[in-house]
Formats: sequence, structure tokens, C-alpha cells
Amino acid sequence: MNIGEKREMICINCPIGCLLTAEMTGEGIKVSGNTCPRGEKYAIAEITHPTRTLTTTVKVANRDDTYLPVKTAEPISKEKLFEAMETLNSVEVNAPVKIGDVVFSRVCGEADVVATGNVD
Amino acid sequence: MRTCDIAVIGGGPAGMAAAVAAHDAGIKDILIIERDEGLGGILRQCIHNGFGLHRFGEELTGPEYADRYKKMVIEREIPYVVKTMVLDITKSDGGDHIVTAMNSESGVFHINAKAVVLAMGCRERSRGQLNIPGDRPAGVYSAGTAQRFMNINGEMPGKNVVILGSGDIGLIMARRMTLEGANVKMVCELMPYSGGLNRNIVQCLHDFNIPLKLSHTVSKIHGKERVEGVTVSEVDEHLRVIPEKSEYVECDTLLLSCGLLPENELTKSAGIPLDRITGGAVVNQNRRTEDKGVYSCGNVLHVHDLVDYVSEEAELAGRSAAEYVLAGKKEPECIKTVNVHNAGAVRYTVPQVVDIYKEPKDIKIYFRVGAVLNNATITVKCGEKTLLSKKKRKVAPGEMEFVLLTEKMLGEVDSDIIVSAEN
Amino acid sequence: MIYDVAIIGAGVVGGLTARQLSRYKLSVCLIEAGCDVALGATKANSAIVHGGYDPVPGTLKAELNVKGTAMMEKLCEELEVHYKNNGSMVVAFDEEQLEHVKKLYQRGIANGVPGLSVISGDRAREIEPALSKNIAGALLCESSGIVCPYDLTIAAVGNAMDNGADLALGFKVVDIKDNGENYEICSDDGAKIQARYVVNSAGLYSDEVARMLGDEYHITAKKGEYMLLDKSEGGLVKKTIFQTPTKAGKGILVSPTVDGNLLVGPTSEKTDKGDKATTPGGLDTIKEKASMSADNINYRAVITSFTGLRASCDESDDFILEISKHSKRAINAVGIDSPGLSSSPAIAEYIAQLLSDAGLKLEENADFCGRRVNCKHFRTLSEAEKNEMIKKEPSYGRVICRCETVTEGEILEAIRQNPKATTIDGVKRRTRAGMGRCQGGFCMPFVTDIIAKELKIARCQVTKTGGKSRLLFGKTK
Repeated sequence: MNIGEKREMICINCPIGCLLTAEMTGEGIKVSGNTCPRGEKYAIAEITHPTRTLTTTVKVANRDDTYLPVKTAEPISKEKLFEAMETLNSVEVNAPVKIGDVVFSRVCGEADVVATGNVD
Repeated sequence: MRTCDIAVIGGGPAGMAAAVAAHDAGIKDILIIERDEGLGGILRQCIHNGFGLHRFGEELTGPEYADRYKKMVIEREIPYVVKTMVLDITKSDGGDHIVTAMNSESGVFHINAKAVVLAMGCRERSRGQLNIPGDRPAGVYSAGTAQRFMNINGEMPGKNVVILGSGDIGLIMARRMTLEGANVKMVCELMPYSGGLNRNIVQCLHDFNIPLKLSHTVSKIHGKERVEGVTVSEVDEHLRVIPEKSEYVECDTLLLSCGLLPENELTKSAGIPLDRITGGAVVNQNRRTEDKGVYSCGNVLHVHDLVDYVSEEAELAGRSAAEYVLAGKKEPECIKTVNVHNAGAVRYTVPQVVDIYKEPKDIKIYFRVGAVLNNATITVKCGEKTLLSKKKRKVAPGEMEFVLLTEKMLGEVDSDIIVSAEN
Repeated sequence: MIYDVAIIGAGVVGGLTARQLSRYKLSVCLIEAGCDVALGATKANSAIVHGGYDPVPGTLKAELNVKGTAMMEKLCEELEVHYKNNGSMVVAFDEEQLEHVKKLYQRGIANGVPGLSVISGDRAREIEPALSKNIAGALLCESSGIVCPYDLTIAAVGNAMDNGADLALGFKVVDIKDNGENYEICSDDGAKIQARYVVNSAGLYSDEVARMLGDEYHITAKKGEYMLLDKSEGGLVKKTIFQTPTKAGKGILVSPTVDGNLLVGPTSEKTDKGDKATTPGGLDTIKEKASMSADNINYRAVITSFTGLRASCDESDDFILEISKHSKRAINAVGIDSPGLSSSPAIAEYIAQLLSDAGLKLEENADFCGRRVNCKHFRTLSEAEKNEMIKKEPSYGRVICRCETVTEGEILEAIRQNPKATTIDGVKRRTRAGMGRCQGGFCMPFVTDIIAKELKIARCQVTKTGGKSRLLFGKTK
């Protein structure tokens, strides 16, 4: 963001859903509209480095018509979600596999992808 | 006839939590009856995260949350059957209940249970119930059906998608389908506010620039064989379509996420009274229905916003059922029974009935409001007495709220209780 | 091969005609443009077996309605189709309507309808407590009933096939050539079927088929919208409640269905032959008018709404059942609108007679078996019967459609038994899977799976109802 630029967003920390305004100033990002400090923290993170946990499925190679649910073990950069999807759509795993098993290391160089389901 | 102390109908999050709690309260002879292929219920297909923050203090996906409870069931060696459908619940001559069920191995069989916990979950409102006019092509799905196709079967139910209803499943599916390459054109919401959680609106719609059109509905479905498009119309303050404010949107798929309905056909056929608003049984604070020995919990009782609350409620129901059986099919000694009424924006409460026991325990009364209120005052009254009054920055129909009635407050209750939320 | 008879159109008339002809030593082919039988006017209508007091005395409608209705119970028993002789009432709201009701009574007597009487409003409410206090009187008809029209058609076609008839689905007739001895019936994709005799029972498209034979008729599609309510409401009335026809229209009926739901409708409006859309106005009209008959119709319990099309002939109010004026070995069955379903068993016999008049030899087929070996809907069996079935075939123990308690075994049977279901709607019509309150929300993925496995096709090739009505676009990965 350039100095003077503003961005609005809804805070997701609680049901109130404050409408936050983040403005880039000479002294850094200034957040208004928040009712608690969590709002400020959220807005700054959303502007400097928004991240999301990606959840999807991967194909199980050695089981007929079976898909394994997976997630990134940590949140990854928001702008890398589609790139990660593309990578994971060609990943196949072999059963047995259980919750927590790493099925792909460092997707987009950011986080491991782990199984969130069991396939015997 | 096969017998058990507690039969739990449904092996989803509610059924598993109820069984675990009943076991921990001292009842070992339990049977969980599940119709799907495994325990876990609808969580099996909810591969997104956001579950378990209250219950486990961490963010889990649906299958992970279900697995936590499944492990508890297995550790305790609680018996369960899957691919088994309960057909009927009737009363036995001895005051127990007879559960009639069917599966491929045993055929039709009966179980005599001292107590029954109903945990059958809910279903989605269908196109027919919404009465959307137009053609009847393929490509109109409730969001949960599309979710099963995608997450369990690995099949793509659509490419160009319009979603009607901003319930959480619809929002989750907007993101899921977008990530898998579909073009989700918009989410239409009949009401002037969304029924989904803020977090889902932000992370499922805003993140992908999917427009949320409030006060809009689908007024017609087009397409003889597969959906070819829908007419999207703005609605007035009475929720009536404004024909001049309509547009044709080309799409091959319409997903419906317009509310969940508790699945109480069994409850109804057992003659147990239901609450007209929740669609679930009328219960007391222990989640006991009007039929002694039958308890109800989870989404079959009322639709919850978070599974964490389902588990909490189910544990209460399971524990209560266990205490009932352990006491020789007796309830705690009750001084008085009062009803809980709604006022102001409160649409319903659970429980609807409070039994004032000789030795009362704290009670949480859950409720939902029918409109968004800012700076709401929530009060609980008993006659002229105000038992409790609190302020809340915001209450919305999408979120469940509760008030805590302490032992002390219950001591003061001498007539019906009124829960209200006002601006 | 050259068939003795080709029947074009597999609705209730074509289906029962095929079954009727399979009683004789004849080779029969039933030709249908759709992907399944009973997809046209037969699919969606009021499902009523009318008493027969409505048609003008002396017409074919009068004769065949009374005859067909009298045949229905035995026919349904043979085919294991659920039929219920629930009776009906035509209710009148004022003196003028009451006069009309009396006229209907006279007509009914002239037509030979049994079990008719004119009753007071109080008596009507005594019989049906849900009826409105505004009802001044009614025509009571004890001989009418209810049946599921596609159930009847599927069973009739299945029975005809079991007796040797062939079924050609997806065969859209575009041309019929006659070389004086045989007809060559051509489809839009170049397939050909040859037959010595032709029956045109193409319903909404019977004018187009007639034109191929040289005959000129015009069919107008009339659209009727309906609402179907949950089984919780099916007990509101026991009898079918009609309103007295007025200049403004025939009125809206309220009726239980054989499956225990409550049906209200229809509207009536001219439309195109392909238009099966429901409209907001139509649904509002139904609600408003139906509420005149009964007070407590719970529209919150509507599980679906749908549109049916009736094939009315511009040239005649009566059924047209005759040997083609231009093609001597062809029979036209045109303008079979209400009471077509009620009349259909008699129409089938009538058509067989016309074929005989046209020179076709009807020689009895000693091997004909009129009974359809059908699995009765599993849920209606006794516990002992259920257990016996499950022991023999465990898939009957696995419930797929929870709202209607339809088992995997029934779905497999629908896919394997004549006429074979190949689509989601085909399974739904045969088994009721997906027809309950969740409207397939839970069972559709399972039914899709079963069809794909049974037909050995990919899931994404499964359709809702043939053609381009695919459910899925292929794998996510």
C-alpha cells in the first residue's frame, strides 16, 4: 500500500464483525473501526501478509475411487492458494494413511500438507 | 430381544459425544446406531477447518474433529453398528423403548433400551420446499449434496455456479468450488443480512471476489436438460420479488444453502411433541423430551452454528440419560416445572421447559434471534423479577446465544421464564 | 426384422396397448423418443381414476372412462400397481354450482357410473371433516380411485416386455414410409424400425406422427401446475375433492395420492409442448383456490411442485381413436386428455379391436402371463417377509433413501427389471428414492453410484433424465 491509501475489511475475530479501515501513513499502518486490539492485529496482518489454511483432497492411488482430505499444516500466503491447489491436484498418495501424515512437503515452499482423514 | 441400557440413534458428532458422556457417567451397555458407512456423520464431508476451537482449543477440519470423538468411542469400547437404519421407536410395556432397526447382516431387529438418545442430525431445505419456479433440469443441488460429490466422490458437480442462500455450507462450497476451478458467479441471499459466519463471508467470498447479493433471490430456473441459467431478482422489504429488478445469469449449476431442518420423522412417529420453531423436540434442561427416557441433542434438536456446541449439548444429554438409568429409571426430584417463553427478537429457546430440581444445577438457555440487533439488551425474567440482564454489542440470526441461569437464580424461579432480546 | 405392430409413444396408452397386444401371437415394438417410458402427459397429472360423470353421454370419453375405471382395480392387482378406490366428491359453493352438480349426477347416471349420490354440505363435512364450511353440497362418487400413472405405465410396459414385446427408447420418429405392406419408421438419428401395423399413441406429439401418416390434427398442450405435500399431510382428506367446474375453469382438486402424500392442483393454461416450467403465479393460484375446498392445507409442508402437460386436440373434445384416413394399417389415438388415464385400459382394448378391423389377425398367445413379478415396495412388507428378502439378498437390508425407506435391493431391481431404469429420475419413479421430503439431497450421490456401477459407466455419465441432463462434469483430480 502506498502512503495515504486506505482499505476496508470486516474483522473475523468475533460475531460483531467490525468494519475496519486500514490506512497507510508515514508512521505505518493505522487501523480504525476496531473495538478491540485483535481487530488492529488482524487488519495489519491482512495487509502485510495475509495467510490462509488450505483444505482440499488428494487422490489415493492404490484405492479405488478414494479421496483423502488434507490441509496445510500452517497457513500459507493467500495469493499462493491456487498455485498450491494446482500442485496438490496432481499429488497422489498411497494408503494406508492416517491423520497427521505428511503427504506433501512444503507446498509452494511454505508449509507441509498433512492428511486430515484416515484411509486403511 | 436384544437389550441395552442406552440406544443412541445416530453416530455423528452428537451421537458419539452422547455415548462417550454416558459411558463416562457409568453406563457401559450402550449401542450407537449409524446409517452411513462409518461414524462421523456429516463431518466426514466437511473437509474445511474451523471446528473445535471451543472444544479442543485448536482449529480442526471436520474429519479430524469426528476422528477425535471416534477415538474416544473406540477407546471406551462402546459398541456401534453402521449401515443400519432405525425404522421405528415405540414404547415397551415395561416403560422402556423398543428401537426397530434394519441392516443387511441382521435384517430387521429390535432393541429394548432403557433410555434412547436421539441424534439424527438435520437435512437441507430442498428446491421443492423453496418453491422456486421454472424448469426442472439437472444441476440444482443442495450445497451438502454438492459437497458430498466433491469431497467424498471427487466429482465436479458444476463449472459455472450461482449459490442461493448465504448459510455457512453455501459459503464453504463457494470457496471449495472456486479452488477446484469453478466460476462461482454470486451468492444470493433473500434476507438483508447473511446467515453465515463473518469469517466465512470474508474467507470464502471476499478472498475470491465473489459478490454477495443481499435481498436477492433466484426467481426462476432455466434449462430443459441441464441448468442453463437463473433469473436473479431483488426482493422488497416483504421479501417479494421485484420483477423490474431482475437479471438473467448464465450458469450450469444452482446450489441451495437455504437453511437446515432437524430430521425428526422418528421423533414424530414416536409421538414425541415438537417445537414448531426449532423443528426439534420440546426438551427440558437435561435435553429430555416429553417422553420419559428419550433424550435429544445436536442438530436434530435445533440447528447449531458450531459443532462444538453440538458436542457440549450431546454430552449433557448422554450424561442425563446415564443418570436416569443409574437411578433406576428415575429423574432427579422435581419441585416445579416451568416453561421458557420468548420475547422481543428471540425466536426460540432450548430448553423450552425447565424442571426446578430439589438440588438445582446451573442451566444454559440457548436461543437465536430473528433479526440483527446492535447493542442488544438480553434479559431473563420470571414474573416481575429480572433474573438476569446483560448487554451484547451485536446479536445476529446466524449465531447461537445463551444465558446462564445459576443455581441461585433458579432458586428464585416460581413461574414461567421469559427470555428477551431488545434494542 | 419386421414387427407385426409398432406402437409410437410409451405413455400409459402406448404401454397398456403393448401389453394388450402381447396377449396375442404378435411381435410388438414400443417406440419412445424419451430415455424412459411415461415421460410425457403420463408423467405428471392428477393421478385420478375418474368415475365417469364428467364426459357427455354418448361420447367415446363417456364409454371408455366408465369401462376403463371398472377394469382398473383388477389390472392394477395383476401388475402389482398400487391402486386405491378412495372415492371422490365434487363440491359446490352455492346454489348455481349445486345445480351443476345435479347435472353431473344426471350425466353420470346416463353414462352408467355406479355409486353416485348428491349429498348436503353437512353430510360432505361428516365424511371429510377438513372440508370448508362454505360447501353447500356435493356429488359423491364411490367408484373413483387413485393410481400412480407412471407406476401403471412402467408395470404395463415391463409386463409387455416380459411377454416378448420390444422397447426402443431414444427413438424420435421423424418419418414413416409405407410400401403398401410394411411401414418403415425412421428416427432423427437414422435408425429404422419396420412394422406391418402402426399405432400412433404419441400424446403431445400425436399430431406430428399423424401427419407422417397423412392425417391432419392439431394438438394444443395445456399446462397444469401442482404442489405435492409431505406425507404428514396425506391424511387431510381421504377422498379426492374436486370443485364444481365453472366458466372460469375446472377448479382445483385436493387429493391424497396412493403413496400417502397430498396433491393440490392443477392450473390450466395453454402453452408449448416443451414447457414444463412452474410459475410463481400458478403456484399462488393453486394455494388460493385449494383453500376454498379445505381450510387447513399446510403449505409449509410442500415438498415439491411440478407441471404436467395435457394433449388436447383442437378438432375434437372427444378422444380420437380411429383407423387412419390415409393409411389403412395405422391407428391414431389422438387427443387423449382427461379422462385418458382412467380410460387407458379400455382404450388399449379398443385399439386392439381397431387393429383387428384393419386386418390384423389377433390369435391368442397361450404363453401370455398377465402378472408382473414385481418386488412390492419393500417398506410395505411384513417384518418376516423383509427378513426373508434380506437373507436371500442382503442389499434389501441397506436403506439408501431414508425419507422413503428405499433399499439398495429395490434400486438394483429397478435397474435390472424391464423396463430398465438408467437414470436418476428413472430410479426415482420406480422406487420413490429421492421423492421424499429431502428430494434426493442425501440419496442422490448413492443412487448415482449404484447406477454407474450397475451400468458400468463413469459417474459423470449418469443423467437425471437422459440427453444432456448429466449430473457431474468429471473428476476434480
